[in-house]
Amino acid sequence: MDFIRRYKLDSLLLPLIGIAAFLILWQFIAGSIKTVNYTDDFGDTMTKTTRVGVSADLPSPAETWAASKPYLAQPFAKRGELDQGILAFTKLSLWLVLQGYLIALVIGTPLGFFLGLSKTFTKAVDPIIQVLRPVSPLAWFPLGLVLFSSVKLADGGGKTVFGASDAAALFTIAICAMWPTVMNTAVGVRAVPQDYLNVAKVLKLSRLKTLGKVLLPATLPYMFTGFRLSLGIAWLVIVAVEMLTGRPGVGGFLWQEYNAGSYSRIILCILTIGVVGLVLDRLMSLAESRFKTA
Amino acid sequence: MAFLEIERAYKGYGPKWNRTEVLADINLEIEKGEFVAIVGFSGSGKTTLMNLLSGLAAPDTGSVRFEGKPITGPSSALALVFQNYSLLPWLTVYENVALAVDQVFPTWTAAKRREHIERYVAMVNLTPARDKRPSELSGGMRQRVAVARALAMDPQVLLCDEPLSALDALTRATLQDEIRRIRAEDDKTIVLITNDPDEAILLADRVIPLTAAPNATLGPSIPITLPQPRDRKTIAEEPEFRRIRLEVVEYLLRSKTRQHTKLERKLVLPDIMPEDLTQPRPIIPWFGGRGPIRRNEIKTTNVEVPK
Repeated sequence: MDFIRRYKLDSLLLPLIGIAAFLILWQFIAGSIKTVNYTDDFGDTMTKTTRVGVSADLPSPAETWAASKPYLAQPFAKRGELDQGILAFTKLSLWLVLQGYLIALVIGTPLGFFLGLSKTFTKAVDPIIQVLRPVSPLAWFPLGLVLFSSVKLADGGGKTVFGASDAAALFTIAICAMWPTVMNTAVGVRAVPQDYLNVAKVLKLSRLKTLGKVLLPATLPYMFTGFRLSLGIAWLVIVAVEMLTGRPGVGGFLWQEYNAGSYSRIILCILTIGVVGLVLDRLMSLAESRFKTA
Repeated sequence: MAFLEIERAYKGYGPKWNRTEVLADINLEIEKGEFVAIVGFSGSGKTTLMNLLSGLAAPDTGSVRFEGKPITGPSSALALVFQNYSLLPWLTVYENVALAVDQVFPTWTAAKRREHIERYVAMVNLTPARDKRPSELSGGMRQRVAVARALAMDPQVLLCDEPLSALDALTRATLQDEIRRIRAEDDKTIVLITNDPDEAILLADRVIPLTAAPNATLGPSIPITLPQPRDRKTIAEEPEFRRIRLEVVEYLLRSKTRQHTKLERKLVLPDIMPEDLTQPRPIIPWFGGRGPIRRNEIKTTNVEVPK
């Protein structure tokens, strides 16, 4: 015990124990292949394999590992549009998330500022926001398709590079990811201490200067909290969007593998989504802590 | 015509049914180059008075005039040192002062502005800390930055809203000396609001007591004839000091006994509304036009309570 305490091993050991317990539980629930020998009507001995277990179709950890290995070993391989290394898929998904997320920030931040600054605007717009906020990405996507049905950008060869489904995908990500940024920015603007505004008033700062020198820096920590939550939601939405569009990406791959019956790779996709989400959140937290002022 | 004057000013807050009259009948005349200290209890409307002088708030009735012209908003001629420093925490000492200087002297060259800022940072002895943020400074240092920021605007009047009340006694003494030194260096009109009569008598030319809110008003102006510079160690022995101090404190305590107290009584009227039988019976009881309705009324009265 002394040894553990001296090297602070518990922070390493305890998560390992947790993971091990999780794997054991998984192994227990997962099915396994059972080979049965039987004699058929012609008197020949035949072998039949079936899956048995608590959840017979759920692949065990070992099976998952075996099936995922090629995707992990060559993370950037591209064998086909929907058969790429896991990091290649992640890259595609991240690229789409980034675009949608940036749209969300560009629209959400000013909207939040207006909400925070004007009570009249808040009264007018808040009911709409409250109604739109809880709507699921699955519901937004068809509307996006309708809204952007005429969008079609083609390259030289006549191949569509940016069609209605791409526009709808971006629309869905943007509109779902926008709300935390909007809400947090609005709250942040309302929470700017009156002292700072008095300073701006006494110094007779112009509106633009008040915004840039006082409001924006004072709101920045709140805004970054919003940005972080928004990124989390954008990453959640991407999976749904990719499932609906069937475009290559982690979510698209997941859905395709489900349809193909390769359940082990679903688990690979889920773990990838989780890990990438965690990394994104950590990165944003780091950026957030840099902007914390007293 | 006085340099800076307030005439019959009233100021209250809140809607009609729940109104607090903070200041009532404020009359104040300050001459150019004077150092006036206003002494009052905590919560006596000192900050409200300062907001009127600095143009952050307008009086409900009456007028505030600077050089004969009514004050309509904040101006760089009247610089305010806030009670809670009000430094922007994301800017360094230098940048906080620079924000004011850039705003007041936009026509100056960058070099001239930099030199001006450095001079005022040096004036409050903060040159070693010029690139630190307020969170890294002590309370006294922060207040010195606030003073530097106000002075760097080169105002005609320096308004200090309890600048030292959040500091410990020792830091307070050093900063009092610093205020005195700054005043000796460039002869500005200063209005100091404080809750410490000793501080007022030590520094000012004139002390005016402010009675407690609601309906706070200024008492008689008491000139301080003690010669400048005054020594904090020996001043307490002076009979003149004691006399003024006693006068101020007595006035403030006397005013407190004449306090107005608001009494609130709930008047419950009996069911006097008759039931209107022509109206349909409401689906949800109590929510219909049929009556009867029990009406509660709150009646407030102002009573003068002697203590």
